[in-house]
Amino acid sequence: MNRTDNHILKCRCGSQRKRMPAELLRSGIVLLIVALVITACHVKEKRYNEQVLPAEIMTSEQAEEFAVEAPPLTEGIFPCSECHSELEPNPTRRELDWHEEVTSIFDHDKENRWCLDCHDLINRDSLRLASGKLLGFDESYKLCGQCHGEKLRDWRVGVHGKRIGQWNGQKHYLLCVHCHNPHAPKFEPMTPEPPPLPQKMSN
Amino acid sequence: MKLTQFPRSILPILSRGNRGYYAWLLFLLLIMVWGAGGYAKQLNHGLVTTNMRDSVSWAFYIGNFTFLVGIAAAAVMLVIPAYIYNWKPIKEIVIFGELLAICAVVMSIGFIVVDIGNPLRFWHMLPGIGTMNFPSSMLSWDFFVLLTYLCINLVVVIHLLHRIFIKKDYNKKLVLTLVFVSIPMAVAIHTVTAFLYNAIPARPFWNSALLAPRFLASAFCSGPAILLILFQLLRKFTRFEIKDEAIWTIAELMVYAMFIYLFFSVAELFKEFYSGTEHLLYWQYLLFGIGDNKELVPYSWASIIMGCIAFVLFLVPKTRKNFTTLNIGAVLIYASVYVEKGIALIIPGFTPDVLGQIYVYTPSMIEIRTAALIFSVGFLVFTFLVKIAIAIIFEDYRVEEPMPEQQQTLEKA
Amino acid sequence: MKEDKSRRSFLKNMALAAGSAIALSGCDMKALDHFLQKNFRTLSKAEVDEIITSLQLEYKNKYGKDFTVSAKPATDGILFGYALDLSRCIGCRKCVYACVEENNQSRGPQIHWIQVLQMEKEKGIDFADSDVHYNPEKVPEEGHFYLPVQCQQCRNPQCTTVCPVKATWQEPDGIVVVDYNWCIGCRYCMAACPYGARHFNWAEPSVPEDEMNTNVHYLGNRPRMKGVVEKCTFCIQRVREGRYPACVEVCPVGARKFGNLLDPESEIRYILENKRVLVLKQELNTQPKFYYFFGV
Repeated sequence: MNRTDNHILKCRCGSQRKRMPAELLRSGIVLLIVALVITACHVKEKRYNEQVLPAEIMTSEQAEEFAVEAPPLTEGIFPCSECHSELEPNPTRRELDWHEEVTSIFDHDKENRWCLDCHDLINRDSLRLASGKLLGFDESYKLCGQCHGEKLRDWRVGVHGKRIGQWNGQKHYLLCVHCHNPHAPKFEPMTPEPPPLPQKMSN
Repeated sequence: MKLTQFPRSILPILSRGNRGYYAWLLFLLLIMVWGAGGYAKQLNHGLVTTNMRDSVSWAFYIGNFTFLVGIAAAAVMLVIPAYIYNWKPIKEIVIFGELLAICAVVMSIGFIVVDIGNPLRFWHMLPGIGTMNFPSSMLSWDFFVLLTYLCINLVVVIHLLHRIFIKKDYNKKLVLTLVFVSIPMAVAIHTVTAFLYNAIPARPFWNSALLAPRFLASAFCSGPAILLILFQLLRKFTRFEIKDEAIWTIAELMVYAMFIYLFFSVAELFKEFYSGTEHLLYWQYLLFGIGDNKELVPYSWASIIMGCIAFVLFLVPKTRKNFTTLNIGAVLIYASVYVEKGIALIIPGFTPDVLGQIYVYTPSMIEIRTAALIFSVGFLVFTFLVKIAIAIIFEDYRVEEPMPEQQQTLEKA
Repeated sequence: MKEDKSRRSFLKNMALAAGSAIALSGCDMKALDHFLQKNFRTLSKAEVDEIITSLQLEYKNKYGKDFTVSAKPATDGILFGYALDLSRCIGCRKCVYACVEENNQSRGPQIHWIQVLQMEKEKGIDFADSDVHYNPEKVPEEGHFYLPVQCQQCRNPQCTTVCPVKATWQEPDGIVVVDYNWCIGCRYCMAACPYGARHFNWAEPSVPEDEMNTNVHYLGNRPRMKGVVEKCTFCIQRVREGRYPACVEVCPVGARKFGNLLDPESEIRYILENKRVLVLKQELNTQPKFYYFFGV
């Protein structure tokens, strides 16, 4: 009698235990469905990432060497020879009262340098390298580069100075003198644009 | 009676009540209307009506959300001691704990809904229909565990109440399984909510491994505080029987939780203040203010002082066993955690902001009104649920319903 | 197929449910279309075209201008990188406003994708003591340097990881974008971004009609709506066409550099290989593609 009772009890226990995995299985299936739905979403997005354009479209435009804008000469001053052809060339370093507009602001290693370190004595419409080689005003960067070699190197690769145009195509460079006054190269301080408005509480 | 008829048959309970009950409903209704007016403005003009800005982009709403998740978690975790100590009304403790949890979860989801810029797009978060960012987004996890937790608790409570109502035994296996699932889920919802903040290296104030443990400890202080008072009320006004010893044991467990919470906080503070890295800034803002910006200082110290007083009241056996001081302590610890989660957790995480700028935030009237809306809805739901539960459990509420055959004849006629 | 069908019918049910809400606010079928629009990344080419046509029409009605809305995808073999010369920046904020105009940022409430921080040379990079509201007569101010911060286009972006709905992601060319029609406005990304690069439309954005830039990209500078997050996209509408970003073009001191990180001949690669370079908050392992360098 007792034995049978025991047997029945055991049986119940067993069947109860079996039911638990069934529930587990059910919740497992639910989880699986959720997982599948989530993976489906992922797959859709992956397809999106494959929509990139082939590379040649962007690189077809050949990168171009720098195109230099005309140097910013003060109006009515060029060609210099227009006045200077009538004047006797004088190589002695001295104070010039004629070029007030330059002498008054001149601040470019003032102690050691003056006009003829960059301008040619004879050919007034040219600049002159230390080697004696003459240079047009549109190539002035080479003159600057005599002293500022590192800057010139950076400028050539587009790191110093400003470029506009295409980041992978035609680029538009500016000469040193577009940004720096050759006679006073230090940047003038400027008025800043207005600061952001303070974030305000609504009441 | 079928389960589908259950809601209809218990509905009349809600209209039965004394003057106090109706006054309470009216009060909630008035708050609700006042709050809804605020939220309508927010819906109309956008979140600009709150005081949140780019620098402090989460604030009061998310703080409330966090607090309520804690309440929801702790309410169910109380089942563990009830089970271990074999308190007699364990079924009732489970029911009222889970009712509180349900309301808290509903309110916390409510706070998320009012916080997002496009509540109508909520469906984007659903898996399958939307594109839920699972498993990498902690917010997706949180949403997922909160919903699951809500469903589990709803099933348990509805099943229990329905069974008691029709005077039949409840499905012990189902209830036990679900309750045992809901306990780790309770831990999970608060842990995941902590991970929501913890997982963000950009905000050093939260980026501490202690955040989740501190969350749990603080939840175990505030959640049972509500139940402690609720049980006393139930004991007074209904047939609910709970011994003084059980209530004192809850209080004793809360002391442990408070101690752990205090210890974790001290550990956190020691690390921050002793190492004195740039991360100290946020604690400084919270506790002492930076420069003239001391707006949070009264809140943080109020929370600390209330917490400490509550700790002492609960720790000393004499005050713990005196129901006046016990209840004062319960209110204080509740308020302390509320201020800590609502104000002192979120806002210092954003002040100073990631670029070091200080925007001083305090909740706007619209935010307070919207929060009032959610709380009043939550309280209303809780009132209704508790009323139904009391009627079914303690007042033997039943409806005179026609027998199935009678129903058929009625239908034919 | 079956799943698609049930999905559609579910969407229809959702539509009906939402319909009442929308009808209350007096909106039309267009609002319903917007409401039902799927995540950009799950749309087919045809669907994208359809959406763009209707957007152009919508903008025409709303702003009285012809818009070109592009959805040009990324190009293979390109990974965009940015470099900013800290030794050059003078804090003039020209970039801030060029960006605002190019990208149709809201003027009120004000949204700036670029924040220029003034810092003390004595302290180095120190956010806690930085000032974004500096406003002297002239810049640069003695003893200070300037650190403009915008989206750092992280290789390992936190903002996309935390988004609960995948409304923001990193494109194959490295630009982190937002689908404004999918963003729910939870602002988790703003909490997660260590650079304050994400901005929220707290109210309906406002841009003067005559200042509206009509050359827009779907994932970039098209007009936004209330309640969504937006951010710098390296001017996706410009750079995908080969142009420089607006901030690079406007910078009066040439402090801003931009290019393809995968092209060994690019300016950006030269900087990485030859200059002293730093990234902000390196310890967070976000791995920005926005580098700060010292040109001198």
